[in-house]
Amino acid sequence: MNAKRWLWSGLILALLIGACVPAATPTPTPSPVPPTPTTVAPAPSPTPAPAGPTPTAAPPTPTPAVPGAPAALKIGIVTFLSGPAASPFGVPARNAAEVLIENLNAGKAPAPYDQKGIGGVPIQAIYVDEAGGAEKQVAEFRRLVLEEKVDLVIGYISSADCLAVAPVAEELKTLTVLFDCGTNQIFEERDYRYVFRTHAHQVIENVGAARYILRMKPNLRSIAGINQNYAWGQDSWAAFRDSVRKLKPDVQVAGEHFPKLFAGEYSAELSALLAARPEVVHSSFWGGDLEAFVIQASPRGLFQQSLVVLTTGDTILPRLGRDMPKGVVIAARGPHGVLAPKTPLNDWFVKIYKDRYVVRPVYPSYHIAQAILGVKAAYEKAIAANGGKWPTGDQVIAAFEHLEFETPSGTIRMALGKGHQAVEPVVLGITGDFDPATGEVKLTDVMEFPAECVNPPDGMKTPDWIAQGFPGAKCP
Amino acid sequence: MNLHRLGGLILIALFVGLGLLLPGWSRFLLTLALARGLLVLGVVLLMQAGLVSFGQGLFFAAGAYAVGFAMRDLGIRDAFLGAILGAGAGLGIAALVGPLLARYRGIFFAMLTLAFSMIFYGILVKAYRITGGTDGLRIAPPTFLGWSPPEAQLGSVLYLFTLVGVGAMVFLIFRYLRSPLGYTMRAIRDNEVRVEYLGLSVSRALYLAVLLVGAMGGLGGALSAMSVGHVDPNLAYWTTSGEFVFVALLGGTGSVFAPLAGSIVFEFLRTYTYKYFPYTWQMGLGLIMLVIVGFAPGGLWTLYELIARRMSGWSWSWKRGA
Amino acid sequence: MERRGMEQLAIILIDGLVYASWLFLISAGLTLIYGVLRILNLAHGSLYAMGAYAAASAVLFYFDRGLWPPGSYVALLGAALIIGIVAGPLIERGLLRWIYGRDPVYQLLATYALFLILEDGMKLVWGVNPYYAYKPYGLLGTVQLAGIPYPGYSLLLIGVALLASGGLYLFLHRTRVGRLVVAIIHDPEISVALGANVPRLFLLTFTLGAILAALGGAFTAPMISVVPGLSVEVIVLAFAVVVIGGLGSLEGSAIGALLVGVVRSLMVHRIPELELFAIYLVMALVLLFRPQGLFAIEEVRRV
Repeated sequence: MNAKRWLWSGLILALLIGACVPAATPTPTPSPVPPTPTTVAPAPSPTPAPAGPTPTAAPPTPTPAVPGAPAALKIGIVTFLSGPAASPFGVPARNAAEVLIENLNAGKAPAPYDQKGIGGVPIQAIYVDEAGGAEKQVAEFRRLVLEEKVDLVIGYISSADCLAVAPVAEELKTLTVLFDCGTNQIFEERDYRYVFRTHAHQVIENVGAARYILRMKPNLRSIAGINQNYAWGQDSWAAFRDSVRKLKPDVQVAGEHFPKLFAGEYSAELSALLAARPEVVHSSFWGGDLEAFVIQASPRGLFQQSLVVLTTGDTILPRLGRDMPKGVVIAARGPHGVLAPKTPLNDWFVKIYKDRYVVRPVYPSYHIAQAILGVKAAYEKAIAANGGKWPTGDQVIAAFEHLEFETPSGTIRMALGKGHQAVEPVVLGITGDFDPATGEVKLTDVMEFPAECVNPPDGMKTPDWIAQGFPGAKCP
Repeated sequence: MNLHRLGGLILIALFVGLGLLLPGWSRFLLTLALARGLLVLGVVLLMQAGLVSFGQGLFFAAGAYAVGFAMRDLGIRDAFLGAILGAGAGLGIAALVGPLLARYRGIFFAMLTLAFSMIFYGILVKAYRITGGTDGLRIAPPTFLGWSPPEAQLGSVLYLFTLVGVGAMVFLIFRYLRSPLGYTMRAIRDNEVRVEYLGLSVSRALYLAVLLVGAMGGLGGALSAMSVGHVDPNLAYWTTSGEFVFVALLGGTGSVFAPLAGSIVFEFLRTYTYKYFPYTWQMGLGLIMLVIVGFAPGGLWTLYELIARRMSGWSWSWKRGA
Repeated sequence: MERRGMEQLAIILIDGLVYASWLFLISAGLTLIYGVLRILNLAHGSLYAMGAYAAASAVLFYFDRGLWPPGSYVALLGAALIIGIVAGPLIERGLLRWIYGRDPVYQLLATYALFLILEDGMKLVWGVNPYYAYKPYGLLGTVQLAGIPYPGYSLLLIGVALLASGGLYLFLHRTRVGRLVVAIIHDPEISVALGANVPRLFLLTFTLGAILAALGGAFTAPMISVVPGLSVEVIVLAFAVVVIGGLGSLEGSAIGALLVGVVRSLMVHRIPELELFAIYLVMALVLLFRPQGLFAIEEVRRV
């Protein structure tokens, strides 16, 4: 018995020691060539760092020599790989990053991204699971920067994670591109130097949705909402309700429902909505909750009774296909997915994604593509500005601020938050017939609200902007 | 006893040294592990009386949010005040729920603590005008009695601050467990009815224990919040509490240092399972847990005890030989 | 106005009943297992999720073959039975039998470990992409009740819960094996002394509990998209219901499910702000007045 115990204890000890040994590596030395103390890309080590089993190895391509360039640009990519947000958001984003980075490294992307990797330097991605909460993510961020020595981090779907990580990015002076989180707080509460967000925040699609339904139903009398009981749902509903009532003050609110996140069962809420008979129902549900809601609402006739607005509806179109109910207003947090513009870049993106993963990319895939292409555009602009030499961190940041770059979702402008926050237009449409030829749902009444219409001017907080009646908004 | 003192000194020197030598990210993990260790210590304390708290997240979140509110609404950035407020918040909540909790045993105690922490979670999510909802609250870097350390040193200072706070708490618990009250706890576990026949009040002893656990948990929450710089309702979610119970058993219940050791091992274990098994880290943790349950029910502390016994056995025979 | 009030009440009760049926299905197995094995199975939610995954796969397979649509309900049932009959004995023989009689903390931890392992195990088997098996949900059409349409499937759910509870009642009180199980629930030591084959009864009970959990998952699958993370949500709900009803008591969990279902539905319709707290409020209130739950099994206090 004792011997057995010893054996097992020894085994556990060995395991633990094994786990802790890399922790004993010495403190990372500061960058050898720091022109200023604030470099974004610390210590581009001449030898590739020992790679764990996760990073996708970058192919050793003969690169057009950029003087001072590292062997590879290490990017930490943080997205949900487990938990309920993995399948609707995390994995489509990871998939898009994987296929896009492969193609960029091979130099197969169309112009203006036809240079291999980033400025000829291959991208090396390290994927990290976003699960575990903000506390865990702060620790993981520190580990990515200080131990894995990534040059920059692209990541975060959860708003809480974005809010928690952004100050740490400033502290560690590491370029960090937030790719999918929705909260409008980040750049409206304080300024950041190292943090960028290459997509618009969540408020805009609710402002856009409010304008859209008033175009569709100018005599609107009553609205109701069913949103998940957490910040995303609460903020989305508040923005939608306040926008509608600002644009048409006599609209009544016939019900505000906030079922638990991941509840999955909405029979009672649906009864309440059916009994209240509102003209418009707003929902910012996503993922499994959204699908469950559509599945349960459709036989009960909610979509016939009321005009339902699904602000993340794009993500379920490829999944429900011909079973998607008709006459539902769909948005995609910007011009993404089926609502993306017809451009060669978008066609190419959809093609490489579909070739690998069969289904169409959804908005989280577009969002991460925006982040990666934004980083590429910023670096390459900085290289050009630096006379063809590899840029310092400050130069990359200077190039990134107020950048305009092409993406599958159209041109992205970093217009807000002193050039750190992107603006996007909002596109909405109504589901129509299923087209068996393309395997996709046709959208009718597609309407685009340009960025100037749905984004507040720089320096103004979004809730104030709505409360004051959208000053400065230029709408068609 | 002297050996213990010496060991304690070595331990303190080791921790201080570690904090100053380790790279930033692992020092941060260590800080977090120490702060969370207080919650784990709370679990272990209640286990002395045979109770399992599945709601440590309640005190954890209370302490963390106390710091958050103090910073946002009162402009209090001082770390000492924050720590006191955190402990006070934990104590206050414990004083509220304690009388009820002290009536329950076994699985009901576990479920009721879980229910309370989930109600608190619900309030934090729901009252988002006040609490920031699931987005949580940001916490600015703290100051220390008017001194705000430079950014590069902040991590080390916070680590030392946490170390002192945790050390003081561990010492307190160490004394408590050796006091009559501490022995009462173990007596309750063995046979509650007999304790009552001896003229001791079981519910009073348990209430005091819950108060202590609450204050300690609040302090842990406050310390962790100051290091992380952000609080969100997940701190009160039941899986957070479940983790504390897991760490308690990982460390073992044999000593007041076991929970801290367990907590430190767990943080690093989790970080590396994350790194090497990004898709199956839960399975890895589960397997380790099964190994503990099956083969090392005393947790990691059994290891230490085995070594200590060997050592003392060895020195004893050596003395005999001499 | 009077009529509207009555309609409102009817809607609240129907919604409550639908939710209660679902709660009963997910919690009955848990309480049964606790009653006999004295183990609070934290991996109960995983069995539910496996049931959901298996049912979704079965239904998709069934419709791919283009078979007679109403037969898909048999596929749901079959999937639940297979999961229960395969996973139940595997877990009981492979893990639980080693921890009988151990400190409850270790039992909780072992089942928690199992929950973590199964969580990733399911991802390895079914991947992270969602499964949709919503065809059976729409097949039964809708029924007009109290002025609003209800899906026939909700009524089916009530039927399944009633059948499950009726079947359990008959099994426990009208068969020899069932009576032995009841005997163990009430007094394990005497039952053993009287010669009950405990290992076999434990195996049987756990398998039965696993089937119930999988059944709950299987009949939920058509209403939702089956994704990773289902188990976590279900565990807490099931625990709350079981604790309200009294651990180990089937009648208790039925009443507990009804209570929670109706209170929650009342809150959704009347005070939606409090919906999140409904179940915990009921639990705290019940425990306040009946510390062991509504139908607690008497425990002997040792002096």
